[in-house]
Amino acid sequence: MEKTWNNKAWFMVLPVLVLVAFSAVIPLMTVVNYSVQDTFGNNEFFWAGTDWFIQVLHSSRFWDALQRNLLFSVIILSIEIPLGILIALNMPKKGFGVPVCLILMSLPLLIPWNVVGTIWQVFGRVDIGLLGYTLAALGIPYNYVNNVFDAWITLIVMDVWHWTSLVVLLCYAGLVSIPDAYYQAAKIDGASRWSVFRYIQLPKMKRVLLIAFLLRFMDSFMIYTEPFVITGGGPGNSTTFLSIDLVKTAIGQFDLGPAAALSLIYFLIILLLSWIFYTVMTTSDAQN
Amino acid sequence: MARISLDHIRHAYGPNPKSAADYSLKEVHHDWDDGGAYALLGPSGCGKTTLLNIISGLVSPSEGRILFDGRDVTNLPTQDRNIAQVFQFPVIYDTMTVYDNLAFPLRNRRVPEAEVDRRVKDILEMIDLSSWAKKTARGLTADQKQKISLGRGLVRNDVSAILFDEPLTVIDPHMKWVLRSQLKRLHKQFGFTMVYVTHDQTEALTFADKVVVMYDGEIVQIGTPAELFEKPKHTFVGYFIGSPGMNVLPARIEGATADLGGGQVPLGFAPQIAANAKVELGIRPEFVRLGREGMPVTISKVEDIGRHKIVRALFADRPMAIVLGENGEIPSEPRITFDPAAVNIYADSWRVSDPSTAANGRA
Repeated sequence: MEKTWNNKAWFMVLPVLVLVAFSAVIPLMTVVNYSVQDTFGNNEFFWAGTDWFIQVLHSSRFWDALQRNLLFSVIILSIEIPLGILIALNMPKKGFGVPVCLILMSLPLLIPWNVVGTIWQVFGRVDIGLLGYTLAALGIPYNYVNNVFDAWITLIVMDVWHWTSLVVLLCYAGLVSIPDAYYQAAKIDGASRWSVFRYIQLPKMKRVLLIAFLLRFMDSFMIYTEPFVITGGGPGNSTTFLSIDLVKTAIGQFDLGPAAALSLIYFLIILLLSWIFYTVMTTSDAQN
Repeated sequence: MARISLDHIRHAYGPNPKSAADYSLKEVHHDWDDGGAYALLGPSGCGKTTLLNIISGLVSPSEGRILFDGRDVTNLPTQDRNIAQVFQFPVIYDTMTVYDNLAFPLRNRRVPEAEVDRRVKDILEMIDLSSWAKKTARGLTADQKQKISLGRGLVRNDVSAILFDEPLTVIDPHMKWVLRSQLKRLHKQFGFTMVYVTHDQTEALTFADKVVVMYDGEIVQIGTPAELFEKPKHTFVGYFIGSPGMNVLPARIEGATADLGGGQVPLGFAPQIAANAKVELGIRPEFVRLGREGMPVTISKVEDIGRHKIVRALFADRPMAIVLGENGEIPSEPRITFDPAAVNIYADSWRVSDPSTAANGRA
């Protein structure tokens, strides 16, 4: 059969194309524009070439922030993914407990990020915060304002509190889709609790776990609001992540060129890492 | 291998059952002999699967006890019962290879690897998947997956019983026949106690030595295929077994004669029936003779299905099926007679036996 070509169909995607152009492509291009030029205001631009990129890649500020980002992502992923699976496995599968658990789990996800930051900022304060005050009263030295370790712990606990639910909900969705017959067959086959997890539950959760992993990685790597509200990047620069550094450069110092170069590098890192994770995780799937 | 006794088992899925209707399994009291091949036959929703799950321990009964060789296992979990069960839809561990799938039940029970290898290879041969052994189970067809499920049930040779829950539903007809024969062969070879749930009577009759017919949460008859055919204890059995099912006609008993409205049928005995019971006469289509003598019928349709013809007729305003030989003739003024030996009388749906041959009667 002869294939009919009708290029008019392209007009159907035009609205989306225009929308994406205005919301993503054009802003991105202005960033590219800034990243290769220098400006002192008055709309005067001077060609800078790759100077800003070289400057960013040679600054220890960038590498330090990148390291903090990676460390933060690794820590929260290694807590949230196993914890999320564990909670999902122990959630009730039927009865009154299901809606209760689901609502409790969704609550943290419904709170705006800056509010989450504010909650923990107040919660951890030594003078009036429930957590900070209680710890102080128990004689445990805790102060996220001037102790690097405490600041990190606060951010990690906050992120775990805020986002583990997402992993739980995704895993739970994967778990409830497993037919009863699988569990019955496993009993008949004399499978241990671990075998049931390893050979039935984990394979069925694999896809949703991949999504959970990618979402949590991207989000944690882009974290801005909460550390900005709680620690403001301190004490010192100890919680200054790339995003905070970027805002300091762009808006604090008004260095638009380096800031643009930094955001492009930042964007490429996230894109690259997500692509690597996705490829690695899906090809191990496809090999079978 | 074991003798499995069900001691007054009742089961209700909801809490606090009150009336008989709340029970999905009304009282079942029955022994499955060691090494027997049983088919559990009945329509969907009659409690077959529930009964099977009670035996394997996936469901614990509301009332009653289960004994394996006299040992009470009612509170024993499935893992400790040493039962194999094959489900209606394939269950495979799709990250494992075909080989590992079959080895799984053995490895879980710490069978030495050499023994595992031997038995898995046997089963692979039997289900004709030897060339797939090293492949992951994910890419298989539904047919092949179900063969693996079946294989996992058969790979353990020390089980008390193997339970099959309509295992061949998803398999295509030719393969069904092959697998069924192989199951029978295995049964002869190893003498497992086998319980085979199905709603397909052909499957039940070819597979089993004894067929257990269930209806509405109760066992209505246990017998050999011949018994079920010739002397159905309940009108349901008569209707469910056989194709077409038994003709059941309302009757009035007068001594040793049944009055069907359209004619009188002499009985070999005078049935004793309670005064207000609903009385029916059952006669299989195979034992209705069509000829020029007897009671008049009106023929509405003739279905030729090859080896014989099924004549659909109206007798005393009731539909009746008659089986006629391939070359059987239909007279212009058709009349019917019943083979006296094949006439069964039912009071409130249960068969009334001849007191002189009461040994075959209702227990």
